[in-house]
Amino acid sequence: MLADRDRVFTNLYGEHDWRLAGARARGDWDGTKAVIQKGRDWIVNEVKESGLRGRGGAGFPTGLKWSFMPKESARPTYLVVNADESEPGTCKDRDILRNDPHKLVEGCVLAGAGMGVGAAYIYIRGEFYNEATRLQAAIDEAYAAGLVGKNACGSGYDIDIYLHRGAGAYICGEETGLLESLEGKKGQPRLKPPFPAQVGLYGCPSTVNNVETIAVAPAILKRGAAWFAGIGRPRNTGTKIFCISGHVEQPCNVEEEMSIPMKELIERHAGGVRGGWDNLMAVIPGGSSTPCLPSPICGEVLMDFDSLVAQKSGLGTAALIVMDKSTDIVRAITRLSAFYKHESCGQCTPCREGLGWVWRVMERMVAGNATVAELDMLLDVTHEIEGHTICALADGAVWPVQGLIRHFRPEMERRIHEYRAVATRQAAE
Amino acid sequence: MNTHAEGAPVAQPESFAFTAENIERAKAHIAKYPKGRQQSAVLPLLDLAQRQSGGWLPLAAMHAVADMLEMPRIRVYEVASFYTMFNLRPVGRYLLQACTTTPCWLRGSDAVVAACESKLGIGVGGTSADGLFTLVEVECLGGCVNAPILQVNDDFYEDLDGASTEALIDALRAGKTPPPGTVLARQGSAPIKGKTTLTLMPEPPAMQAALLPGAAGETAKETGDAG
Repeated sequence: MLADRDRVFTNLYGEHDWRLAGARARGDWDGTKAVIQKGRDWIVNEVKESGLRGRGGAGFPTGLKWSFMPKESARPTYLVVNADESEPGTCKDRDILRNDPHKLVEGCVLAGAGMGVGAAYIYIRGEFYNEATRLQAAIDEAYAAGLVGKNACGSGYDIDIYLHRGAGAYICGEETGLLESLEGKKGQPRLKPPFPAQVGLYGCPSTVNNVETIAVAPAILKRGAAWFAGIGRPRNTGTKIFCISGHVEQPCNVEEEMSIPMKELIERHAGGVRGGWDNLMAVIPGGSSTPCLPSPICGEVLMDFDSLVAQKSGLGTAALIVMDKSTDIVRAITRLSAFYKHESCGQCTPCREGLGWVWRVMERMVAGNATVAELDMLLDVTHEIEGHTICALADGAVWPVQGLIRHFRPEMERRIHEYRAVATRQAAE
Repeated sequence: MNTHAEGAPVAQPESFAFTAENIERAKAHIAKYPKGRQQSAVLPLLDLAQRQSGGWLPLAAMHAVADMLEMPRIRVYEVASFYTMFNLRPVGRYLLQACTTTPCWLRGSDAVVAACESKLGIGVGGTSADGLFTLVEVECLGGCVNAPILQVNDDFYEDLDGASTEALIDALRAGKTPPPGTVLARQGSAPIKGKTTLTLMPEPPAMQAALLPGAAGETAKETGDAG
């Protein structure tokens, strides 16, 4: 288990003062100037060495992403922080935003210095009204103390930080959808390439990072890449906030080391599965877009990028949705299909039309009002949708259905046979 | 006239003008974005307009925003109808937003919705006869370890069940605003029976050697600055 001294988010539960004085007492804004003065290359290299991978779901190496920003740019360059947390199951950034906002603000300054940007925009989901109020207060405090703005922390580096509230759209968590929204448009994702590092916000070089990614950066830079890289496994390093929801005794957020076994994570911190481990049916391991895993796999899998990919799922946002044996798992996944259908931006036909179709077929699968051939057709259609759209929303929408069919096909077929048996009997009577 | 709201036509006010206070707020939002990029402020300005209009966005308010940001009206309509937090028809004083996505559903969001419906005598999408409450179903609110969640205007009420939802509605009806957050004896997102981590008062971690005064790079830099 991770020792408390290695935890980054020491005010995760909001027990301590979130304001500047409290944050300083926990080590925030200490040594910031020294880090900035180490220079761009040092900062980016340190983050590369730490092995930090993006905490928003895709797991792209952060230092590498930062290195894509142009060294010289005639145009302004931007850091954009994705605080549009809306992946079902995920509520980790919320705790950073409301309880440790200075970690994020300091992270913007240091990441900004690492990429030489002139401004950072933090895009926070509109529903997080109270969280936005707190974060704005933290930004204001940082400006007043000379930590942000011209000559930030007395380092000679200038950076402005702005908070921007969204207005309710899951798709704005997709990085280019977010940029469109930040420009005052519908949040419809852009084709890539060009990637944001070349053509991002207002057509200028930009980097979009998740809240947790930016907020752990100060700890990495101050404590050293080796410290962070020493936690977890190679390629899966560092600490991670896990969100454990659903059928556990004590749902919670907790910061743990990467690569902790799923079973240990659930039993140690969330009080175990409701009714005991043997009562477990399945876990969605990394937010709603990742395919569910049945109980035998859950007993062995490690919570990291590589271990979960090996099981044809993913770490995603590290949000575990636990389902015990009382769960109607087809209904649970169908509700996710309804979610994605609702959140499709409507740009690409396979997503706009396909996700509605998938949801309607899934609704019939809940009752079993289908044929086994339709089950195969459903799986086939999900593969036709996957990879054929501008952004990954449609991929994330069909993976849970694919995971369900992969692991719970017998249950789905049982419902189909049962439904037909009842229908045949009723017809005969 | 097309009001951009689905369903029956909405009675629209003739005009809308931002209050002096909101004009100042709007200017502060516009100032966050580079010159010529004022369209970026459309979300915050529509939000201001919606708050000033009692929780919904009349056409006249969209037009005022379009004028202020020098945007074609159609671009504002597009935005207003794309984002779920903009209400294109009037809502009650309390907008009850019940999350029913899977994590909340697993923890009993059906009971929360049922409590709202039976208590208020309305279905999802309805407004109570006294005009106080509108009930809507929303997608994941991002507080899943405190599920199920009901958002009331700007505030999240967490860890609800049927009974606590009814008590919340009673309190709101009586003109009270219960403190937002969990309705249980629980600290934020921590496990309810007590923390398993962060048991000590946090202390600042030690800095890596390369950053300490006197480290090689640091000395060179400071000498350089002095010169």
